Amino acid sequence: MTQIWDFPGGIHPLENKHQSTARPLQFAGLPERLVLPLQQHIGSPAETRVMPGDKVLKGECLADAIGTLGVPLHAPTSGTVEAIEKHPVPHPSGLLDWCIALIPDGAETWAELTPLSDYKQRGREEVLAHIRDCGIVGLGGAGFPTNIKLHPPKPDKVNTLVLNGAECEPYITADDTLMREKADEIIAGMGVMAWLLEPERCVIGVEDNKPDAIHALKAATGDTRIEVVTVPTKYPSGGEKQLIQILTGLEVPHGGIPADIGVMCQNVGTAVAVSRAVHRGEPLISRITTVTGQALGQPGNFEVLLGTPVRHVLARAQLDETRLERLVLGGPMMGYTLQADSVPVVKTTNCVIAAAPGELDEPPPEQPCIRCGACAEACPMELLPQQLFWHARAGEFDKAEHLNLFDCIECGACSYVCPSSIPLVQYYRFAKGEIRSHRSEQLKSDQARQRFEARQARLEMEQAEKEARRQERAKAAARAKSEKADAPEDKPTKPSDKTRPGPATAVEAALARKKHNQTGSGP
Amino acid sequence: MLWVVIACLPGLLAQTVFFGWGNVINVIWCIALALGAEAAILRMRDKPVGFFLRDNTAAVTGLLLGLALPPLLPWWVSAIAVFSAIIMAKQLYGGLGSNPFNPAMVGYALVLISFPVAMTTNWAVPGGLGNGAPGVLDTLAAIFSGQQTAVDAYTMATPLDVYKHDIGARIAAEVRQHPSFGNGIAKGWEWVNLAFLAGGIGLIYLRIISWHIPVSFVAALALMSLAFGSNPDQYAPLSLHLLAGGTMLGAFFIATDPVSAATSHQGKLIYGAGIGILIYLIRTWGSYPDAVAFAVLLMNFAVPFIDHYTPPRTYGHKKPKRGIAPRT
Repeated sequence: MTQIWDFPGGIHPLENKHQSTARPLQFAGLPERLVLPLQQHIGSPAETRVMPGDKVLKGECLADAIGTLGVPLHAPTSGTVEAIEKHPVPHPSGLLDWCIALIPDGAETWAELTPLSDYKQRGREEVLAHIRDCGIVGLGGAGFPTNIKLHPPKPDKVNTLVLNGAECEPYITADDTLMREKADEIIAGMGVMAWLLEPERCVIGVEDNKPDAIHALKAATGDTRIEVVTVPTKYPSGGEKQLIQILTGLEVPHGGIPADIGVMCQNVGTAVAVSRAVHRGEPLISRITTVTGQALGQPGNFEVLLGTPVRHVLARAQLDETRLERLVLGGPMMGYTLQADSVPVVKTTNCVIAAAPGELDEPPPEQPCIRCGACAEACPMELLPQQLFWHARAGEFDKAEHLNLFDCIECGACSYVCPSSIPLVQYYRFAKGEIRSHRSEQLKSDQARQRFEARQARLEMEQAEKEARRQERAKAAARAKSEKADAPEDKPTKPSDKTRPGPATAVEAALARKKHNQTGSGP
Repeated sequence: MLWVVIACLPGLLAQTVFFGWGNVINVIWCIALALGAEAAILRMRDKPVGFFLRDNTAAVTGLLLGLALPPLLPWWVSAIAVFSAIIMAKQLYGGLGSNPFNPAMVGYALVLISFPVAMTTNWAVPGGLGNGAPGVLDTLAAIFSGQQTAVDAYTMATPLDVYKHDIGARIAAEVRQHPSFGNGIAKGWEWVNLAFLAGGIGLIYLRIISWHIPVSFVAALALMSLAFGSNPDQYAPLSLHLLAGGTMLGAFFIATDPVSAATSHQGKLIYGAGIGILIYLIRTWGSYPDAVAFAVLLMNFAVPFIDHYTPPRTYGHKKPKRGIAPRT
């Protein structure tokens, strides 16, 4: 039995996972139109390389990666590019962003794929570049480019590779389904990652509420040295920092990354994507999304092509419009209310909840904080949620930052236990946003000040040089004047004078000067 | 909050059994006044009255005052205590959650200092119901019409008071002859305290309060008594400290008010222990026989300081950030 550790705090919300695990994984089908946001990851948006009207094949690159953190975007199916337009994307505010709209032709014709099955004979850089070219990002939620994560900065050495199959958030069973149905691909993907990183230990952490997934993984690991570790069900055990703490007893240092302590954590879905990219050459064009909630007739897990409108998958799960009270993207703890059902499923969409009345109601009105401290006991990061709340509300952002506001992982455990129903996480997001915008303004004004000071210094220097030259000229003039006074018959001897004296006069002048000096300084 | 009310009932029952109807009448009177005062101020502050009354905190403040005040205290003294608790200590500081001091204890301390005679002589003889103690009507008359003569024969000082004043001149066995002690530790009081202890343990069991404050409170008081007052001919004994006066009511129901207490576990331990130590110091060397209110209020002053110096160590940090954020 592998040793595991506990993390402080945490909560046990109602799991509500059984609704979506009753049916096997289904394909969500081809929608009439796919909408593919150019930015589905952390980093710069991809740069489109197609034009409206272009015919594309399934798996063909539609947009190129830009910058170090960029990843490309691929066509989830064959069809015609209809438009490149602004369209609502998954975001709490209902934000519009640039998207490629694709009309499927129904033929599902694949582009030519280039697998790297012989990756062990290739260089690491080549494999990492292949992973990037396949558009792979972390599928656990943040969408960080996987090739960057798999290439930790130098002296860090990854000793422990962790696959995150905890899936602690209520309702969501996408990773559970993946582990039950695609355990072999998970192990294959982990094999590629392990080849890249050469860790001493490979662990898959799964919460004990998923016995079937644990069983499937154990069967798939066979005689590999991959450990499948059962961890107790407690939210948020699937948080990267918490899972690392559970499996290794180590804490990721403040401001650092897991590789600093020799650990790397990848989502199980990401492992499958890596496996498909390397072994089959398939780019990331689909993902498993849990579609659940009491407003659905047939909730379940669906293999969804990226860009499929949420509306389409809801229809596939037999949405009863009359029972729909609230649409949530992500889980009930960390997700947000969706403004429109036209937004597409993207690389990080793990769950859509169509909640019926009384299921995921908006919290009751906020009451005053009574300083009970329940939030601090629930906080897995051992922050002081209550004090952070006071400071965030009072606009004392420096004090909130002093109390480690930026270590908050926004898991929502504090808001969940708050007897006064205070939406604490929203206050922290607000405070973080304010601090970040203040910092960027500060940076801008610092740069402006530096530019101004540099200009000021340059002008002063020029002025000083000018002044020096002027004084030089004045001195010379005064000298010439005094000489003129001494020898009034002499012509002006200033070198800049237009009537420059000839050699003879110059000699005379020099002699006269010498004579004058001798008489002047003699006893 | 409703559970707090329910957990108080055993204590109230014990008070009624041993001291008559006074506390029940006090509790009803104080709750009514507290709700009325809260509603009036909320209306003046343009706050939703029903929304805030439903949190039951005003009712609990009234309840705690009704339990803590002497059973035969004249109605207007209780009224002053309730009004100063709700209006001054709570609403003028910004209402629920914003009060630095425990409202009930502000009210209690204010009337204790202002009306010391009324506050120390209106404890009923712990004879008990049906044992010659005044009935409901006589008690009502005593409280509301000032007909104290009808009940004068039934009031006396508290055991803590008697012990404190008599032990200087006599030995423990002689002091214990006073009727307020009865045959037990302190007649009636020990049952009242045990009933509050039982209710408090229930609250801990239900996770409505954490164990930290009551345990450190009682432990500190006990340790102080063992360390400084082991001679019963000189100082009140440990049993009297724990089971007479307001010890258990204070430890489980008053000091645990989260708004005015420290927040971290470590902070709560310090806060509770501070109250226990102060109670012992004031009871033994101060001029008041009981000291829960003063000790709680003094530690309320210390709460911001305790909170600043007892933060937990955040994940990924080497050590906790103590003290106040440096000025930038």
